[in-house]
Amino acid sequence: MSLLEVSGLSIRYAGAAVVNDISFTVDEGESVGIVGESGSGKSQTALALLGLLPKQADVSGSVKLGGEEIIGATEQALNKLRARRVGIVFQDTMQALNPYMQIGKQVRQVLLQHQLAAGDAADRRVMEMLRRVGLPDPERQFRAYPHQLSGGMRQRVMLASALIAEPDLLIADEPTTALDVTVQAQILELLEDIRDNTALLLITHDLGIVAGRCERMLVFEKGRLVDAGPTTSLFASPGHAHTRALLDVAPRIDRGTFPAPIKASTILSVEAAEVVYEAGGSAQLRAVIDVDLSLRKGETLAVVGESGSGKSSLVRAILGLIPMHSGRVVYAGEALDGPVETRSIAQKRDFQLVYQDPVAALNPQMRVQSIVGEPLSVHEPSLSSQERIARVITTLQKVGLDDNYLRRYPHQLSGGQAQRVAIARALILEPSVLVCDEAVAALDGSVRAQVLALLRTEQNKTGLSIIFISHDLAVVRSISHRVLVMYMGHLVEFADCEKIFAAPRHPYTRALLDAVPVPDPVVSVRVAPLKGEVGSLLSPPSGCVFHPRCGYAKEICSERAPEPRDVGGSRVACHRADDIELTPQHP
Amino acid sequence: MLRYTLLRLLGAIPTLLLVIVLAFLMVHAAPGGPFDDERVLPADVEANIAKAYHLDESLPKQFVRYMSGLLRGDLGPSYRYRDHTVSELIRSGFPLSLQLGAMAITLALLAGVSAGTVAALRQDSLLDRVIMSFAMTGISIPVFVIAPVLVLLLAVKVHWLPAGWSGSAGAAKFVLPVFTLALPQIAYIARLTRASMIDVLGRDFIRTARAQGLSTSTLVRVHALKPAMLPVLSYMGPAIAAILTGSVVVEEVFGIPGLGQFFVRGALNRDYTLVLGIVIFYATLIVFLNLLVDILYGVIDPRVRYK
Repeated sequence: MSLLEVSGLSIRYAGAAVVNDISFTVDEGESVGIVGESGSGKSQTALALLGLLPKQADVSGSVKLGGEEIIGATEQALNKLRARRVGIVFQDTMQALNPYMQIGKQVRQVLLQHQLAAGDAADRRVMEMLRRVGLPDPERQFRAYPHQLSGGMRQRVMLASALIAEPDLLIADEPTTALDVTVQAQILELLEDIRDNTALLLITHDLGIVAGRCERMLVFEKGRLVDAGPTTSLFASPGHAHTRALLDVAPRIDRGTFPAPIKASTILSVEAAEVVYEAGGSAQLRAVIDVDLSLRKGETLAVVGESGSGKSSLVRAILGLIPMHSGRVVYAGEALDGPVETRSIAQKRDFQLVYQDPVAALNPQMRVQSIVGEPLSVHEPSLSSQERIARVITTLQKVGLDDNYLRRYPHQLSGGQAQRVAIARALILEPSVLVCDEAVAALDGSVRAQVLALLRTEQNKTGLSIIFISHDLAVVRSISHRVLVMYMGHLVEFADCEKIFAAPRHPYTRALLDAVPVPDPVVSVRVAPLKGEVGSLLSPPSGCVFHPRCGYAKEICSERAPEPRDVGGSRVACHRADDIELTPQHP
Repeated sequence: MLRYTLLRLLGAIPTLLLVIVLAFLMVHAAPGGPFDDERVLPADVEANIAKAYHLDESLPKQFVRYMSGLLRGDLGPSYRYRDHTVSELIRSGFPLSLQLGAMAITLALLAGVSAGTVAALRQDSLLDRVIMSFAMTGISIPVFVIAPVLVLLLAVKVHWLPAGWSGSAGAAKFVLPVFTLALPQIAYIARLTRASMIDVLGRDFIRTARAQGLSTSTLVRVHALKPAMLPVLSYMGPAIAAILTGSVVVEEVFGIPGLGQFFVRGALNRDYTLVLGIVIFYATLIVFLNLLVDILYGVIDPRVRYK
């Protein structure tokens, strides 16, 4: 008998099925991955396994855990089972942990509720658990509130609370989605190390995660289970067209051709850019420190780095959205400085921005035609309303939307459609530089592929230059001509895409590349993830800011900050750039 | 925290100054004066009294005189309660008003939060609808209507409770005034609690807690109550102000010799110093209580930091 037996599970809301007749099993100690795009019903299924669906959900079928039926069980019976037999880890830990309560107390509550320990014994067990999940200084962190911890540390706390009652099954619902790639690698590694004989049901949209970690996988599409089997065989020969499609759109860091470098003239150059934030009192936070970059006409320049690397600050300062403390920006032969309000209308027109969250970036009270047409009313006020609409329609066609969308409101659009509208709004002025700030991060694989293709087509047609801020290196590899890697405000490495991916010169670049999961169980080799987390920008490490996490650090690295220099055609800020060999595992 | 408190106290000075100026202008703008009576005084007597109380001086001059007294902590003599200073009157009236107000706010919090929480947990049930209808009624009917109706029903018709203050002994005499004072606040707090509790119960961390097997009562007690209290806490400033103004009416209706009664009499008699004194006293009290509320806010929500 399997540990978990799901048969004929269906979930309906007001008659509409979000999960349709799903059956699968999980054996003791087994690791099973559920993959699917948003709306495929994978999270709803996870909630059903714990009886956590809202009252409005109409659930049918059967879910048996160790022979005990969960569908229709009383709340009392479910409460005995939750945490004790099935633990769950959610994504977005800032919301999923109680922000008003010390983390130690939140973990302890599980022990108290299930009467597994009380008093000092409970506190000791909590601290022991916090130590096991890798929280430094558990005695002190016991009293920390969630907002005082980093995202990675919060996910460790979440994991501690899910495992402290030693359940038979651990459900992890997109456990690493909002995390940086190096932290993701740490958490996945921890998940594997710590679960012992606990079975794992890992829910994710990222095939790379499943490829390296799960024995079996289930593929969900629109509420149906369309494919299932051992991970290796499913990757090798997908049983269903949807699995094939998911594999096809999954960006791969280990294959595909590199975009050829662009030889055109430089249109934007930035020298010695510094961004400084006031951090209360006299404290200053240096978010960007002495960064140079250049952007050629028709080129895509990727700016990558973990959170806190300063990538968004740098680009925002170039755009004039936040003050640049010092440095020089030259665009088309003219100095570009001061806040955006003081720039000429032509300069403003030439730079357009696309944000990460398309729905939040569109005014919910405006129709698509007004949203896309609005920039024209500022930059080309002489247009008649017919001319304006005509321009809106042509621009929408460019992004693959027909005129049926003109009168829609943002909430009537899917995520991908909303991002197309946001791109159309940026493109309608025919800018020369388009800044995409994590513009495809929130999109499903298939939609992301379409949006990237759209950007590429537009670039080929019009010579558009793109600054592409991203944390996803696999995506960056497929579309960027050059890549700027940043760490704690510093330029770490700046080189052609091929050089960055095939012959990285900086240990941090190499670590970032190694942390990216590859959606192929054959290639997927695990390396020890980069240790530690990004340091505090308020008290940065001495010398090279990366040295505390660097496996190649020597004495000089903690003493003197490395100046960026040219090594083999790459610009690298590392003392040891010429005497170490860094071949990434997936060249 | 200390720095924040000091800054807030400094920031309260302009507010209080504005209150004083406005109150000063308003009492003086009201027609009549403190010594006008049905029995008209001889002109020379009137002039002497005016001189004695400096009422013959120009308004700015009077203001300066009043302020210089105020800075020394002197609220001046009452014009109508001869032989008493305003400070003495406040000292004699305030304890009773404080007692009444504290009881009302405690009752309002206990009843309002409980009713609101129950309604939230049983959202859209019959019980929820009943509680919310009562709350709506409580908000809609003003104190000056509730008070006499309750007296008529519970005191005059069925004699369960005393109708007035004087002559009746024991705790029973508090019941009607406290309840009257608390009722609109119970109603408002119940509605606030219900809304914020429903919001909190829908958050992700509540789902996490449910996934840990916490029973509903533990869930509410350990996880939901504290964050759900934030909007209620913000409302405590206005609530206290509402109770203070409410007590002016309630004390008058039930004949309670508290500060509210002095205030009404003072206003009717154009007792300039008494009205001003009570206004300043209440304004200071409200400023302090609001500061206290903001500090408590930081205690509940660790993300709020005072610098």
